[in-house]
Amino acid sequence: MIKIAEAFRDTASIAYLMAGDPDLRTSAEYILTAQDAGADLIEIGIPFSDPIAEGEVIQAASMRALRAGTRLDGVFEMVGSIKEKMRVPMVFMTYANPVFVYGYGRFFARCAEVGISGIIIPDMPFEEQTEAKSAASEHGIEVVTLVAPTSSKNRIAEIARTAEGFVYVVSSMGVTGVRNDIATDISTIVNEIKRSTDVPVAIGFGISTPEQAKQFSNIADGVIVGSAIVRIIAQYGTEAKQELHDYIAAMKRGM
Amino acid sequence: MDKGRFGEFGGMYIPETLVSALYELEEAYCRYRDDKEFQAELSGLLKNYAGRPSLLYYAENLTKHAGGAKIYLKREDMNHTGSHKINNVLGQALLAKRMGKTRIIAETGAGQHGVAAATAAALLGLECEVFMGKEDTERQALNVFRMRMLGAKVHTVMSGTMTLKDAVNETMREWSKRVADTHYVLGSVMGPHPFPMMVRDFQSVIGKEIRAQMIETEGCLPDAVVACVGGGSNAIGSFYDFINDRSVRLIGCEAAGRGIDTEKHAASITCGSVGIFHGMKSIFCQDEFGQISPVYSISAGLDYPGIGPEHANLHRTGRAEYVPVTDDEAVDAFQLLTRTEGIIPAIESAHAVSYAVRLAKEMGVGRNIVVCLSGRGDKDVAAIARYKGEDIDD
Repeated sequence: MIKIAEAFRDTASIAYLMAGDPDLRTSAEYILTAQDAGADLIEIGIPFSDPIAEGEVIQAASMRALRAGTRLDGVFEMVGSIKEKMRVPMVFMTYANPVFVYGYGRFFARCAEVGISGIIIPDMPFEEQTEAKSAASEHGIEVVTLVAPTSSKNRIAEIARTAEGFVYVVSSMGVTGVRNDIATDISTIVNEIKRSTDVPVAIGFGISTPEQAKQFSNIADGVIVGSAIVRIIAQYGTEAKQELHDYIAAMKRGM
Repeated sequence: MDKGRFGEFGGMYIPETLVSALYELEEAYCRYRDDKEFQAELSGLLKNYAGRPSLLYYAENLTKHAGGAKIYLKREDMNHTGSHKINNVLGQALLAKRMGKTRIIAETGAGQHGVAAATAAALLGLECEVFMGKEDTERQALNVFRMRMLGAKVHTVMSGTMTLKDAVNETMREWSKRVADTHYVLGSVMGPHPFPMMVRDFQSVIGKEIRAQMIETEGCLPDAVVACVGGGSNAIGSFYDFINDRSVRLIGCEAAGRGIDTEKHAASITCGSVGIFHGMKSIFCQDEFGQISPVYSISAGLDYPGIGPEHANLHRTGRAEYVPVTDDEAVDAFQLLTRTEGIIPAIESAHAVSYAVRLAKEMGVGRNIVVCLSGRGDKDVAAIARYKGEDIDD
């Protein structure tokens, strides 16, 4: 398994896509495309019926993936099938329930088998992570914690002190989705985190243009792009490879 | 986290953006819970505005029909706005004002909670927005218009199954966008801590009144308290005061829809399993991979794939029983209560009436059952007509 830290040797370009949208075979191809285009870390969404932290774009992708028959076992198999070709780390992003119901121990054992390095669970905040973290660490899986514009100074320090993998800073209030204007004072948040940890910090939610990528790569160690990528896949379906490559490469060049 | 736990259930499984708002809410609630002025204002509103205490009515005709234990109805349907929802909403709206919030948002299924929220907002001068699944706006069109008349903005939720669970999703998303001036008035004993505890406390007035009224009329505690359960707020409100009185059977009636052996039901405890959803660890209708199931009930208010965490724990410990009641049984009970007592119950509450009639026979003469009649059925008349194949214009 490739350590998440590998992705942060330089400023990391992090690409998110939804497993099973439009189908699992295509997802495998697009993960490799993202890697070839210069993504340093790939976030793979596991579709969930009720993704409360997502905006419309990723909600729709989640529904498409589920309607296409995507199951958790299939996602593990898909990731396992490209494991040998991966030079950059992969992390899962999903909700607490699919992980809990599968069983923490069983879930993280499968993660380790298929080459997953970490997990992001947006509806499992810091204080509820204990139950997942002990099972995850047994299998060498790092649990990434989020920090939001509403997180207090003390809380940020507390989260940072026990952070694994990277700290995911949510750029703005609300749910995932493309935004033209990100007003939050992110550098202050990043500095608060940096005071308590050496674990890298990546910024996500709303980032879609090379200009934004550049702006945030000056502040943090990594920039996460999700909805913009998912939107390209929604538009081009199984024929998105070229568009996807060009877009991710342009974002990487912007940084 | 041990706080906000009922056994293994409960917790605060919510995106980071909302965590600070929940701590702020917990702190404010714990402060005002013990604040005499706040409590006096709330009791004043419950008495003079909502019309509490609600009556405990001996349903003699229904009792005769059932032929067994005496059936009492706790008339939450007589409250202002027509259901128990007002108890919780007044508490939360007052709290929101104390916290300096100027806007409340709420989810609604049948529309009863939305109407109550819109009412409290009108009374207390708060802005109000209600999220309601598209399917529910259609089957409860009257309540949508009531909310609009009260000055609330009603958002039709088009995501997912377009019912109550999706309305909750959308309200949580909205709250995470705008939390500084906004309080989420959650309508049931569900969601992340502190909601299950706080909503229970606001609803526990039901059970306290039942105790006093039963002692006054019968000189003893009831042998059973029966209530319908979606998220479970009228049920926990009715049960809570009796949890330590082991002689009182506590029975929650879940929506079995077209039957628990079909896929068309919302019976979380009967058919579900432990999961984490909508901010809480509890029991949910879901598949083997943790995808939340689309659920069904004739009653929009019970059409929810989960149950509050305290109920999950009462089930786990065996202190309360949970039984499934089908659409057909609920519709029969709706008609029965209407004909025998001249009381039109909400189709939600009719689930509890149905089971109580069965239970009365089983328990026999000399026993007393209290049914929480959580709401009135005016809103359901058109839906019942449709169910019976009659098309009336609502």
